[in-house]
Order: sequence, then structure tokens, then C-alpha cells
Amino acid sequence: MKVNLRYLAGCMLLVLLSSWQSNARTLYVGKNHDIHEIKKAILLAQAGDSILVEKGVYKEGNIIVNKRLVLIGLQYPVLDGEGKTEIVTIQSDSCVIKGFKIQHSGYGTLEDPAGLKIMDANYVSILDNIVDDTFFGIYAQYAKHCIIKNNRLTSYGKEEQQIGNGIHCWKSDSLQIIGNTIRGHRDGIYFEFVTNSIIWLNYSEKNIRYGLHFMFSNSDAYIGNVFKNNGAGVAVMFTKDVKMFNNTFEQNWGDAAYGILLKEISDSYIEGNRFIENTSGIYMEGASRVNISKNVFQQNGWAVKIQASCMDVNLNHNNFFGNTFDVGTNGTLVLNNFNSNYWDKYEGYDIDRNRIGDIAYRPISMFSMIVEKIPSVMILFRSIMVTLLDKTEKLLPSITPENLKDDTPLMKPLQL
Amino acid sequence: MHKIIKYVVIDIIRNRIVLGYTFFLLLISLSVFSLEDNTAKGLLTLLNLILFIVPLVSVIFSTIYTYNSAEFVELLLSQPLQRKTIWLSLFSGLASSLCTAFLVGAGIPILLYETSLTGIMLVLCGMLLTAIFVSIAMLAAVYTRDKAKGIGVAILLWIYFALVFDGLILFLLFQFSDYPVEKPLMMLSFLNPIDLTRILILLRLDISALMGYTGAVFKMFMGSSVGLILSFVSLCLWTMIPLILSVRKFNRKDL
Repeated sequence: MKVNLRYLAGCMLLVLLSSWQSNARTLYVGKNHDIHEIKKAILLAQAGDSILVEKGVYKEGNIIVNKRLVLIGLQYPVLDGEGKTEIVTIQSDSCVIKGFKIQHSGYGTLEDPAGLKIMDANYVSILDNIVDDTFFGIYAQYAKHCIIKNNRLTSYGKEEQQIGNGIHCWKSDSLQIIGNTIRGHRDGIYFEFVTNSIIWLNYSEKNIRYGLHFMFSNSDAYIGNVFKNNGAGVAVMFTKDVKMFNNTFEQNWGDAAYGILLKEISDSYIEGNRFIENTSGIYMEGASRVNISKNVFQQNGWAVKIQASCMDVNLNHNNFFGNTFDVGTNGTLVLNNFNSNYWDKYEGYDIDRNRIGDIAYRPISMFSMIVEKIPSVMILFRSIMVTLLDKTEKLLPSITPENLKDDTPLMKPLQL
Repeated sequence: MHKIIKYVVIDIIRNRIVLGYTFFLLLISLSVFSLEDNTAKGLLTLLNLILFIVPLVSVIFSTIYTYNSAEFVELLLSQPLQRKTIWLSLFSGLASSLCTAFLVGAGIPILLYETSLTGIMLVLCGMLLTAIFVSIAMLAAVYTRDKAKGIGVAILLWIYFALVFDGLILFLLFQFSDYPVEKPLMMLSFLNPIDLTRILILLRLDISALMGYTGAVFKMFMGSSVGLILSFVSLCLWTMIPLILSVRKFNRKDL
């Protein structure tokens, strides 16, 4: 009897579900269907309906989604803005936009036209779209609990002023930005006043300014992303409680390029990242209580540039290989901690064989101190004179900060 | 003249020191390129070596050779030959054999591993540096009669160009750190062939991004074709001027 009751309940649930489902309709848009335009389909649809768009080119100007709808493109139908307007604007909660090719948006710095814009809407999903040649790619404002996943964004900006950001998020909360690829925008991903969000497994390459630009956005995490060959690397500013794990910062090479630029950051974690071939791996200004550990710094100009305005930064258990300068700083005050790292330039010994070097390592060279004071001295870079000066300074430190040293340098690199 | 050059070159080859120098350069450049997987980095390492070794070897070898061939020169003077011809052939013999040594020892590996404009420039600069320091050495040799003193002067000149000059620049930069020093600095760098070569090559490599504003100012000038031509002209002048001075001294010298 008990079993039967459960069976009955199951059946009733199924009936209920199917009757609820039958309320929602599916509308088809395409050449071979009654509806040829997406706008018309949206007009005809009711909240909860699905609109399936078949392959083709749809030049309909600005498509406004103001109902709770699921829009799915079959074989990537093209939504073309013809260089005039914004293409898709989402104004309703819980919409899904999936599988479109969105191209040629308008251009304008006043209205910020985007390929896809989420305006004041929650629980929106933007999945598997190709966004090509748009001013802004995907734009979210006042959005909560939205998912932006597996989109491919490409733009062809030449100058900072003439192009918008790839994924631009403003005043939002609990966003998930996952697996997107962004190329050729101003900033790959832009966060301002966005909280409790995650940026995961994205690939941001060849953007004109920053791969990721991050301001006033507390309690966010970015994990496993690749930021490669962007004009100025990644900037994280005026934020607290950020977690940066397992990202790769690569080939951000140029006069003012950084792996990460940290400005006024506190209570944050930078762990397991790789910094490869950047002019400066990490540049820190006014950072406090930041833990930097288990990172690899390889072939950078400066691995870490840490200004004297930083406090309680713990730089422990990292590997440093082949950097031109390991650490640079601009003052003699050191309130940070640099212990237990592996430095490939360490020349000490380990008599007691505990894998920790017996004499402290000073990661800062005299030349890098002089350069910080008088930048034009850089013209003597790699001259024999400078090499000699550095060697003597290593033996008898005089102008490098006394406290900036690793007391327990590792003899072997960490397995990272 | 050709005959004298031939004699000088054959004599130098028989000397075996230049052969050793060639082999040494070859060993270093091949090992540098095979150790570094990144050829640009290899070029950088090699640049440091070239700036250090090439002037040193050129200057010392040429001074000693000039002194040692004093008797040969005296013998030639008894023949109906112009003094200028004898001195210039001595220079040509020395410069050409040392340049060939550099070309074989460092030039071929560089061009093999890094066939770019930067590689070609490095080879060209290395050969010019060789010629410059041969002519400086001969100037030192013609002005001092005593062999030991002459060698001392030659080494001092090398120390001046390799070390002291940079020290002076560092000092000046400290003194004038509040002023825009880029342009005077650029002019000063033309006064030292080693510095000029170093800056020319560094600016062509990725590493120039580390050089900040000063580097950018230098790059704007030396990266342009005018700057490039001017740099090479000044390197050629660095060969010509000591040579002309030494010829004039040799013409009037009482042997």
C-alpha cells in the first residue's frame, strides 16, 4: 500500500509537470515557418515560451527581450546590427539567449551600444554565442545571478577610445562569467561595483588595454583564466577580498604593461598563478594584507615590483626563474615578508641539508634600486660597470633595503 | 700594399693566437645558443660577451703585434714604399684577420640561429668594434715607444671605454637627476663605441621595454633610419679618426 501511494504521488507530479509544460509554447522563426522575424515572435510570445530561431541572417535592429523567454539559435543564426544599433537588449528576468552569432553593433560613447545587454534583470543566462565586431560585447548593468558562459567575443579596435569592453559588468552581483574567449576589445572583462561574482576559465587575449579590469568589486574570485598579450595586462584596483587562483598571466609586454597591477587592494589571495614573460609580473601599490604564494614567476622583466606603500604582504613559497629583476622597490621601508621562496639567482649553500639555504637571499639588486630613483640610469642596463656594481653590492649591501631579504630561501624549486 | 697585407695576414695566422680566438668565440656562441632555447636571450648573453671580449682581445693583440712587427716595419721602410702605405697595410692586415676571426667565431653562429636584422646588426657592430679597437691600439702603440708602457696604455684605454666611461655617465646622471637628460645622454653615448653598440642592440630586443622613458626616447631616435645611419657613421668615424691620427704620427715619427 505504501509503495502504491508513492507511485500515485509520482504519477500526479508527472501529470502536473506535463500540464505546466504544455502551457509554454515553442515558437519557430525562419524562412520555412510562419514567423520570419524574431521581433514578431517576441511580440506573439508569452512569458515562459521558447523561441527557436533557424539559420539565416536577421537584420532587425535592436531586439528587445522584455518577457521571460528562452531564445535559442539553431546552427548560429546571425543577428546583424548593421553598424547602427545595439543588437539584443534583455530587460526581463530569467531569460536565456543561446547559440546566436551577433555582429556589427553600432558605435557610440553616449549610449554604449552592445552586442548583448542585460539591463536591470536577474537570473539571465547568455550561453554559447559568437559576438563579432561589436562596440561593447556583453554588457550587464544592475544584473544579479546571471550566467555568461562559453561565448566567443571578437572585436577589431585600434584605439582605446574607439572600442568598448568585451564583457562589461557594472553594479551587479553574483555573476558567473565562465569559459568565454575575448579578443581585440578595450578591456577583456570589466568589473565595476560587482560583488560576489566568479570569473572562471576565461581566455582574454590581445585586448587593447587590460585583459581584466577590476574596480570597487569586493568579494570576487577569478580562477583558472588566461590573460595573454594584452596592452597593459590585468588591473585590480580599490578592492578588498579578491581571490586570484591558478590564472596565467602571459606576454603582457610593453612600457606600461603588468601581469597584474594591484592598487589599493586588501585582504586578498594570489595563489597558484603563473606569470610568464611580463614586463612586471606583479606591480603593487598600496596593497595590504595580501597573500602571494605558490606562484611561478618566469622570464619577467621585474617579477614583483612592490612599492614602499605596501604593508603586510606575504610573498611566500613562490618559484622565481629567469627574471631580469626579481624584486623592485622604491624605498627602504619594508613592512612585507619574503620568506621561503625559490630564487634561481640564489648563490648560497646548505650545509645542514635541510633544503633551506643557510644565508639569506637579497632579491633586490643595487641597479634596480638606482633605476627606481633615477629612471634614466636604465640606459646603462647590461653594461659591465653595472654588473660589477651589483656583484659588490651583493657582498656588502649598502643602498639596498636591509630588511628586504628571504631568510629561508629554498635550495630546490617547489613542485608547482 | 696587397703583398704587405698578405704577409701580415699569413704571419698572424701562423701566430695561432687568432685561431685560438676564433675557436674560443665559436665555442662560446654555439654553447650559448644551444643552452638558451630562446634565441633572443642567447643574443643578449652573446652581446655581453662580445662587448667585453672583442675589444679586449683586439686591443691587446694589436698592440703587441704592432710592437713585435717593428723590425718588419723598419725593413719595409728601407724599400721604396710610402710610410702611409705600410701603416695602412699593417692596419688592414690586423683588422681583416681579427674581423674574419670574429665573423667565423661569432658571426656564423649568430646568423645561423638568428637570421634577423638584429643578428646582422650584432655581427656588423662586432666587426666594427674590432676595427675600432685595432685602430685605437695602433694609436697607442705609435705614440709610446716603450712596449710595456704601450700595452699599459692600450689596456687603460680599454678600461676607460668598458668601465670608466659608464661610471662617469652614472655620476653625471646622479648629479643631473632633476633635469631632462635624455638628449645629452644620447650625445654622450656616441662618444663610446661600446656603449653605442650595446644600446643599439638592446633597443632592438624585447628587453627594451624595461628601459622605460629613457629607452623610449632613445628608441625613437636610434630606431629611425636616420639614427641608425648616424650610429653606423659614428662607429666608422671611431675607426677612421684614431687611424688617421696614428698615420700622421707615424709619418713624422723618428724610428
